[in-house]
Amino acid sequence: MQKLTAQQLQLKANDIRQDIIEMLLEAKSGHSAGPLGMADVFATLYFNILRHDPQNPSWVDRDKLVLSCGHICPVLYATMAEAGYFPKEELKTLRKLGTRLHGHPHNLALPGLENSSGPLGQGLSQAVGMALASRLDRTTGRIYAVCSDGEQDEGQIWEALMFAGKNKLHNLTVILDRNNIQIDGYTEDIMPLEPLKDKYEAFNFHVIEVDGHNYQQIIDACNEARAIYEKPTIIIAHTIPGKGVGFMEYDYKWHGSPPNKEQANQALNDLRTLRGMIQGEHQ
Amino acid sequence: MSQTNLEPVKISEKIGAADIEQKPTRDGYGEALVELGEKNPNVVVLTGDLSESTRAQAFQKKFPERFFEIGVAEQNMMGIAAGLALAGKIPFVSSYATFSPGRNWDQLRVSVVYSQANVKIAGAHTGVSVGPDGATHQALEDIAITRVLPGLVVLVPCDYLQTKQATLAAAAFKGPVYFRFTREKTPVMTLPETGFEIGKAQVFKEGKDVVVIGSGPVLYNALLAAAELEKQGISVMVLNNHTIKPIDSESIIAAAKKCGAVVTLEEHQINAGAGSAVCEVLSKNYPVPVEMVGMPDSFGESGEPAQLLEKFGMDAPAIKNAILKVIQRKVKNG
Repeated sequence: MQKLTAQQLQLKANDIRQDIIEMLLEAKSGHSAGPLGMADVFATLYFNILRHDPQNPSWVDRDKLVLSCGHICPVLYATMAEAGYFPKEELKTLRKLGTRLHGHPHNLALPGLENSSGPLGQGLSQAVGMALASRLDRTTGRIYAVCSDGEQDEGQIWEALMFAGKNKLHNLTVILDRNNIQIDGYTEDIMPLEPLKDKYEAFNFHVIEVDGHNYQQIIDACNEARAIYEKPTIIIAHTIPGKGVGFMEYDYKWHGSPPNKEQANQALNDLRTLRGMIQGEHQ
Repeated sequence: MSQTNLEPVKISEKIGAADIEQKPTRDGYGEALVELGEKNPNVVVLTGDLSESTRAQAFQKKFPERFFEIGVAEQNMMGIAAGLALAGKIPFVSSYATFSPGRNWDQLRVSVVYSQANVKIAGAHTGVSVGPDGATHQALEDIAITRVLPGLVVLVPCDYLQTKQATLAAAAFKGPVYFRFTREKTPVMTLPETGFEIGKAQVFKEGKDVVVIGSGPVLYNALLAAAELEKQGISVMVLNNHTIKPIDSESIIAAAKKCGAVVTLEEHQINAGAGSAVCEVLSKNYPVPVEMVGMPDSFGESGEPAQLLEKFGMDAPAIKNAILKVIQRKVKNG
């Protein structure tokens, strides 16, 4: 696929955010803050970084995106639809009977989904297994695992990190959504995670910190990870939960809830105004 | 139901003899892994710091690049296996059943079974016959927690040879498979020609008054009990129901119709185990009196395997009692 520039990515991420709001309004349940916060990272991955082909999702040498924190799947579905994996109209079926877009992703439901996830911590181990297989088969695809910060509470995450470090899985890039919230509150109140960078380094990872809304920083970090051969890489992407929708930003109450009709209208209004500003800037 | 379903298979002629060959079932697993490694480059083996006692070590020596030491981290092990399988490998996850699937059931459920990842899970050290290690290491719940998962094949081979064949069959089967084995040397009841087919129960001994439907090395005790009762004029069929899922309903119903009374046998909790699976089939299709032999809703303890099987009622005398009891119930009902 053709790589989008940082400016084009800004518009693409805005489209994805609008899709997310519309999906959640229609579904009447689901997570808002995480998907909105990760829209810039997902736009960058699918429209600049990943080597993939929506027309041929099982291409052997593709890069694989493994979503470990399954609950933010609205951003994955919206991005995949924008990339052409399936028609955008289908986004409205999220969480409804007969849908391919389950409340948490199911690998067998939709071509292009690499794994099933929901119970936290599982996707990272799966990504490690895929990275091992890729090494055995000498395929060139990279494995990108997306984790949430609340997910770092799980012991399985640290088991997987230890193993990846031991085996120097340099074809693995982990992207951490560091938005500081989880369902019950702020991560540092629920179970403090810091100093995260030091912890990952102690587990033999190459660690890069980026502004998760700065396209160029995300692109540069992914490229740096490709160039590191001694270690797997983790990119700590600092994001604003609910990013782009004023009343949702930074508020953990939006972690696990969808907008109602009125709130959705306000959110879409925010996003459309933002889109106008982006376009204005670029003209 | 035609009688042809209940054709007996050929088994060892040394049942009950002092010099019957004794071998640990796990040896069959280890040998099969090496055989598979030679035949199929996609076969990989994982262990959580238990390569020697699960017998994965021989594979490790021969195919070091396809062997993964995960450390004492069973959740990660199951997840990595799922990832390997989703990328086309055939991973064998080797650990003690108390840890895997005991400790990583959620990973088995979502990463493997729900995802239909082609992972084979080998649960070693099942049953009270694990012995001196005590209750924490005696897996008595693994059948219950695996057979409840939709689409997971669950196998309980009865001896060394059958474990080898079950391992080969698991590799050939496309989809997740759980199979269990025991620690100690146990009698080799089967012959190479006994064969093994997933989902097809085997008549180890013909009979008409009562049928023992069981699995695992403890089935040998059923053959001993049957031989003794034969002397008293009671004809006991012994059915090796090695596949707990998908269960061979046809053979179970046919055996119940022929004999009119059933004893289930397993080295596992009676609750929710292999015997319960048999009862699910019978109660729906052909209800007959059933006695259940297995772990009586209790944890195990340290001791010698034979002592434990006696204490918890899975030895030949206990099976004999269950047979006599169910025959009485059958007569009363009749």
